[in-house]
Amino acid sequence: MESTPRWLKVLDYITATMFIAAILMVFFYAPTEAVMGAVQRVFYFHVASGWVGMLGFLTTAVAGVVYLKTSCRIWDIVGLAAVEIGIVFVFITIVTGSIWARPVWNTWWTWDPRLTTAAFMELIYAAYIMLRQGIDDPDRRARFGAVYAIIGFVSVPFTFMSARMFRTIHPVVVGINQPGSLGGFDMTPRMLQTFLFSLLMFTFVFADLLWRRIRLGLLADKAAQMKMKRNE
Amino acid sequence: MFFQNAPANTINYMIAGFAVIYGVMLAYLISLVVRWKKLEREVEELKEIERKGE
Repeated sequence: MESTPRWLKVLDYITATMFIAAILMVFFYAPTEAVMGAVQRVFYFHVASGWVGMLGFLTTAVAGVVYLKTSCRIWDIVGLAAVEIGIVFVFITIVTGSIWARPVWNTWWTWDPRLTTAAFMELIYAAYIMLRQGIDDPDRRARFGAVYAIIGFVSVPFTFMSARMFRTIHPVVVGINQPGSLGGFDMTPRMLQTFLFSLLMFTFVFADLLWRRIRLGLLADKAAQMKMKRNE
Repeated sequence: MFFQNAPANTINYMIAGFAVIYGVMLAYLISLVVRWKKLEREVEELKEIERKGE
């Protein structure tokens, strides 16, 4: 039985405490937005989930570069772990965005540049997972994964900038909204504090999940090597 | 007039949004735990086979 490292347990406790604090801030500290009402509270975790997703894809691209330089297997495991987390959180972002859009935009989905690029980004990384599974040789799979992650990362800044570059109805938090954007609002100091705390809390969630997912990857690698040794 | 100035009633959408956030995160956490337990069992079994083979 593998024991959990002490620092991972500490990170678990810090993350759980921050998670509870963020929930309390979202529901009891941040004021209700004057026009959209209660659904605006989803915004704090919607943006933070998107941030974690993009952080995951960035980590994968960095891990890909390091893998290509060092050929060290751990970086392939890090890359896969980060992609998996990124996919989960971008999925949360897309679905919560759709739920928010229904009362605000009067539609669940529209092929707006931000929504379209986010959906494509999610599909690009879902394909990363699927294509990897089709390669048996671990070194080839890792090399393919590294190159794919680096090229696929182009979709991340493109998604982030899409609401700033193109005519879109999606509001932006940082920067100036497009003239036709719907659902933007001015943040009060309490809203801003809640938003920044949510971003920080989700960063801790990412670090915690990444560590745990890397440990899972290492264990899977160990099992695969033992099986190979047995079959030789 | 008072009700016209009040925020829109979007509480159901808020509940749905948070249900998705907590639900997906919980499902992912459970998947990590299940996969971890399965792999741990697998490694233990492989170790046992190795020991028997020696």
